[in-house]
Amino acid sequence: MALEIQIEKKLPEFTLDVSFKAGNAPLSILGPSGAGKTMLLRCIAGLERAHRGRIALDDRVLLDTDRHIQVRARDRRVGMLFQHYALFPHRTVAENIAFGLKNLPREEQARRVTALLERTHIGGLEQRYPRELSGGEQQRAALARALAIEPDALLLDEPLSALDTHLRSQMEAQLQETFAAYRRPALLVTHNIEEAYRLGEQMLVLSRGRVAAFGAKEEIFRRPPTLEVARLTGCKNFSRARAISENTIEALDWGCKLRVTQAPAGPVAHVGIRAHHIDFVEAGGSGAPDGNVFPCWLVRSSETPFRITLNLRLHQPPGEPGEIPAAELQAEVFKEKWQLFRERPFPWHARLAPESLFLLAE
Amino acid sequence: MVPVTLFAQITASLPMDWSPLWISLETSVVATLVTLVAGLAAAAWRQRRTGPAMALVDGVCLLPLVLPPTVVGFFLLLLFGRNGPLGKLLLKLGATVVFSWPATVIAASVVAFPLMYLTARAALEQVDSRFLEAARTLGASEWRVFRSVALPLAWPGVLAGTILSFARALGEFGATLMLAGNIPGKTATIPIAIYFAVEADDVQRAVGWCLADVAISLALLGGLYYWTHAQGRARWVRR
Repeated sequence: MALEIQIEKKLPEFTLDVSFKAGNAPLSILGPSGAGKTMLLRCIAGLERAHRGRIALDDRVLLDTDRHIQVRARDRRVGMLFQHYALFPHRTVAENIAFGLKNLPREEQARRVTALLERTHIGGLEQRYPRELSGGEQQRAALARALAIEPDALLLDEPLSALDTHLRSQMEAQLQETFAAYRRPALLVTHNIEEAYRLGEQMLVLSRGRVAAFGAKEEIFRRPPTLEVARLTGCKNFSRARAISENTIEALDWGCKLRVTQAPAGPVAHVGIRAHHIDFVEAGGSGAPDGNVFPCWLVRSSETPFRITLNLRLHQPPGEPGEIPAAELQAEVFKEKWQLFRERPFPWHARLAPESLFLLAE
Repeated sequence: MVPVTLFAQITASLPMDWSPLWISLETSVVATLVTLVAGLAAAAWRQRRTGPAMALVDGVCLLPLVLPPTVVGFFLLLLFGRNGPLGKLLLKLGATVVFSWPATVIAASVVAFPLMYLTARAALEQVDSRFLEAARTLGASEWRVFRSVALPLAWPGVLAGTILSFARALGEFGATLMLAGNIPGKTATIPIAIYFAVEADDVQRAVGWCLADVAISLALLGGLYYWTHAQGRARWVRR
């Protein structure tokens, strides 16, 4: 089954204008708040009307504005998991799940509900009301309800955002299990980079209503096509840049020349490196045959349980006259590694490995 | 129904015309049912529409609340009278509404309608639209969305509207007098009986009916409060 989408919808701030095709693998839709992610799902589900475009599930056309086809939400057979579950509060879990099965005989309904409860690991809770369930259980019940109609596509709107960390990883496992068995187009909207990476096979980055990147997730993270996508996929360090030779560029904001492996495809506008790719080497540069090692001074640091984030000033101690204001990097290292060099005197030596640098065209 | 029949037997044995009590109750119950259906339908219809024309719809729906009941009664008289558009139509079918028992129901329904309409609309608007959308993605028709999701969730508000409508219907006087008149045993409700008792200087009778009215209202409101309160605690929690 393939879900083909090509829609335009005018929104107050911008126009949602996307086209892509989702196959039988889960697709993560990543984007900042207000990028139009939820609106996109609502258009596919038929809860919002796109001004122009076409949506089709294989040969089944759900929307075609040229041919004046607009299938009602109730006839689309597109399952939707809402951000805050939207379980009917006046119905038990079993009644919620059976809501979409009204046309089946009673025994068949009961059989399916039991099977779905099992699939979502909430057997025994069928007689509870939603408000008697934990967040995770509610989410599972909502998932079971959406799957009950055997939808041709599944849309999940921020499915994990309302859960705490512990439940989140459990629910993530549930979703992975569900996707593995479902094998039909599944679109998952999130603003959490790690969630998007873990749950999707394909990825679509949405920014102000437009597709900023679409493709295999590994590729998008390894080589973000634009500055915007690099930022949205969590990259912290950028500098304006210009090419000097085939494998040398000048990073204007960082005030240095860098060797790169990747030959610039077109005119280079920016260079970037992810915080955890910045390496620290001994002075003298024994482990850095290709250069790209620069002296740096610590500006501030902040700790998480296992990692430390270091804000570094390149070339000279912070606060000295003549410094380049933008020549600052954010590095992230495991604490074990940090223990090895934290006592060293400044300057430390940061290495920006050529294979970790990515060049961005404008 | 046992207490009611028992009560009817007792009242029948007392040397007094109890018909206003029964007329009032029957009228109010029927009018409340009419209002409930009409008010809900109008509120549900109106809820999904916007535009300048809707301001006019709202205005017309709320008019009976704003106008003095005598004015409402007079309009109804024009509408249902021998020369009125509806009156003529009904006359052709061999029915006269004016000064008949149905006239008391019509008057009470029209006057109570705005209260039902307003509360039902507010209650339906309170329902989180995500529940309705979820129902739609699960294949429910609009009627099923309304009956199985919107209405149960709006029920406390709708119930409040029903109580208000019943209270308003029970107390209806002006429009009823205009359209249904004062025909003892047929259209004379308690408020009308009180008015004419006072007119006839029958203070004792007037006080009797006033006390009866107070008793009915208290019993009704108390009963409803108890019922909704008991229900409210049990709502949507496993039995």
